[in-house]
Amino acid sequence: MFLESIRMSWMNITKNKLRSFLTMLGIVIGVASIIALITLVRGATDNISAEVTKLGGNKIFINIIGTPLKQGLSRDDAEAIKAVGNVGGISPTISGKTAIVYKDNVIENVSIQGKNEVYFKADPELIRSGRAINMLDLEHESRVAVIGSNLVNDLFFGKNPIGEKILINGITYTIVGTLEASRRFSMGSTNDVVIIPYTTALQSLGVKNISSLDVYLEDTNLADETVEKIKGILNRAFNYKEDSYTIFNMGDIIESFQSIMSMMSLLLAGIAAISLIVGGIGIMNMMLVTITERTMEIGLRKALGATPYTICLQFLIESIFLSVIGGLFGLLFGALLAYVLAAFIGIEISILFSTNALAMGFSAAVGIIFGYMPAKKASCLNPIDALRSL
Amino acid sequence: MKPVLSMRNICKSYFTGTGELKVLKNVNLIVEKGDFLSILGPSGSGKTTLMNIIGCLDTPTSGEYILSGRNILDMDEFELASVRNREIGFIFQNFCLLPRLTALQNVELPLIYSSMPFSERKRKAMEILERVGLGDKMNSLPNQLSGGQQQRVAIARAMVTNPSILLADEPTGALDQRTGNQIVSLFEELNRDGITIVMITHDRNIAVRARRIVHILDGIVSEQELKPFVS
Ligand SMILES: Nc1ncnc2c1ncn2[C@@H]1O[C@H](COP(=O)(O)OP(=O)(O)OP(=O)(O)O)[C@@H](O)[C@H]1O
Ligand SMILES: [Mg+2]
Repeated sequence: MFLESIRMSWMNITKNKLRSFLTMLGIVIGVASIIALITLVRGATDNISAEVTKLGGNKIFINIIGTPLKQGLSRDDAEAIKAVGNVGGISPTISGKTAIVYKDNVIENVSIQGKNEVYFKADPELIRSGRAINMLDLEHESRVAVIGSNLVNDLFFGKNPIGEKILINGITYTIVGTLEASRRFSMGSTNDVVIIPYTTALQSLGVKNISSLDVYLEDTNLADETVEKIKGILNRAFNYKEDSYTIFNMGDIIESFQSIMSMMSLLLAGIAAISLIVGGIGIMNMMLVTITERTMEIGLRKALGATPYTICLQFLIESIFLSVIGGLFGLLFGALLAYVLAAFIGIEISILFSTNALAMGFSAAVGIIFGYMPAKKASCLNPIDALRSL
Repeated sequence: MKPVLSMRNICKSYFTGTGELKVLKNVNLIVEKGDFLSILGPSGSGKTTLMNIIGCLDTPTSGEYILSGRNILDMDEFELASVRNREIGFIFQNFCLLPRLTALQNVELPLIYSSMPFSERKRKAMEILERVGLGDKMNSLPNQLSGGQQQRVAIARAMVTNPSILLADEPTGALDQRTGNQIVSLFEELNRDGITIVMITHDRNIAVRARRIVHILDGIVSEQELKPFVS
C-alpha cells in the first residue's frame, strides 16, 4: 500500500515535470539559502576565531586606569603578577607620546611604547626585517628601537632603516628592526609606533608607570582562577579602589564572539526559513490544484475501495516527495553557493551533516504541514460528487 | 438460500432549498446469487441514486439494506470502503479508467486496496484481461484503446476482486449500438458463469437481455419477471 502510494506519487510528479519543478523552486531556494548562510557564517566564525586565537587565545589583558595617587603599575607589581602560578610570561606596556627626529625630519606626537621580549615572542610574524627586542636589550636598557611600517615609509622613503639612528625625546636610539604592517584582525594598529625596551622606557621616557600589561597563560583552562589571583594583586596595588583597572581574558572574548556569531547564523537561518514557508504555500497551492484536477480519480479510487486514510496518504506522500526532492536540490545548490562564495571571500568552510539534516528535516516538515490540508480535503471528497464531476 | 442483496423500504430524499425532494420511495429489491437484473427507467427517475445506494457510495434516508448478509447502514466509512472493494464491482458509463495507467495497471487498482501482493495481483489482473478478450492489450494506455475495449478493461477491473455483484450504470451509454451489444453479450456470458450482475439502463433493447427487469419511475420500483430464473 505504502509502496504503491510512493509509486503513484512519483508518477504524478514526473508527469508534470515543469509544474513540479516550479513548485519545488520555493523549497530549493529556501534550503539552499539556509545551507549557504549557516555554512558561510560558521566558516567565517571559525576563521576569525582561529586567527584571534593565534594572536592570543591564551592572553589576559590588563589595562590600568589608575588612581590619583598611583597612575600605573610599578615594576614590582608586574613582577608580582609574573610570579602568579600558571602565568607563563608578561608583556608590559609603557606608553608615551613624543617627537622623533631622523636627520632633518621631525615627526611630532609619535606613540612610543616600551615593551619586552615576551611581546615579540608571542607573535613571531610581528617583525618584518631586522630583529626583535630581546632579553639583553632589557637587561642593559639598550637604546634600540623597532619601528612601525608607516614610520619606515615616512622617515626613510624605502631606504633600509636598520642601523640608522633616530632621536627620541632627545636621546639617540639605533633602529634594529621594523614591524610588519598590521593585519586585518589584530588588535590595535602598530603601524605608527616606535617600540623600545620597557626598561629603557622607564629610564628615559619620563614615564614611571606601566599603563597596560598582557599576561600569557600556560593553561587556558585555568584562566578564571588566574584572573582572580591577578585581581587580588591589582586590588592591593590600587588600594581596593574600584574602576582603577580593567582586566579581561581573550578566551572570554573569543567565546562571546562565537556565541554572537552562532546567534547570528540562527537568525539568518530563521529568515531563510521564511522562504521555506513560502515554498510550502506553493506546494499547498499545487496540491489543491492537483486535487481539483483529479477529483474523478479520487472518486473512482474510493469506489474501488480506497479508504480516506489511503487517499490522504497518497497525497501526503506526493507533497512530501515534492518538498524532499526540492530539499535535495536545495542542498546541492546551497553547498555549491557556499563553496563559490567562500572561495570568493577567501575563507575555509565545511558543510556539516547536522546542517544538512536540519535543512532536510525542515523541508520534510514543510511537506507534511502544507500537504496535510490538501490531502485531508482529498480524503474527505464525497465519491458521488467526485464521480459526478466527470 | 439467502439473497446477495436485499433492500426493504429504502427511501432517499434530497433536501434542497425549496424543500424535500423524494427521489426513491419505498424501494424493495432482492437480488439472488447468479441473477442478471436490469433496472430500467427514464432519465431523472432515480436510477443513479439507487445504484449509488446499492454500491454503498451513498446512504439511504431510511430503510434496510443487507448486502452479503451484512447490514450496510451500521457501517463506518472504513468498513464501507472494504465492502466496496470486496463486494461490489463498479462499471461506469464513461469507463473511468485512469489515463496514465496501462490497462493492466487499471485492472490491478482494486487489488492494491485489498493489499494483495504484487506478483499475485499482476497474475490475477492478466488472467481477467484474457477473459474479457484483451490479452494482447495489457500494456496499452486507455487512449490507445477503442470505447468497447476500454469498457472491457473497466469490466475486468470490476471483476478482478471476485465481487458479489457487478454494478453497471449505463454501461453502453457511451458506445455505439454494435459495440454496446458486444458488451451486453459479455455480461450474458459472465452471468452464465455465475456472476451476479445489476445493470442500469434507460434502453429497453438492452434491458431485455437480462433475466429480470425492474422498472423505476419517479422513484417507485415495479418488477417484471422476464426469463425463468434458475439458480
Ligand atoms: N445531490 C442531489 N441533490 C438534489 N437532487 C438530486 C441530487 N442528485 C440527484 N438529484 C435528483 O434526483 C433525481 C434522480 O436523479 P438520478 O441521477 O438518480 O436520475 P437517473 O435516473 O440516474 O437519470 P439519468 O438517466 O439522466 O442518469 C433527479 O430529479 C435529480 O435532480
Ligand atoms: Mg443516471
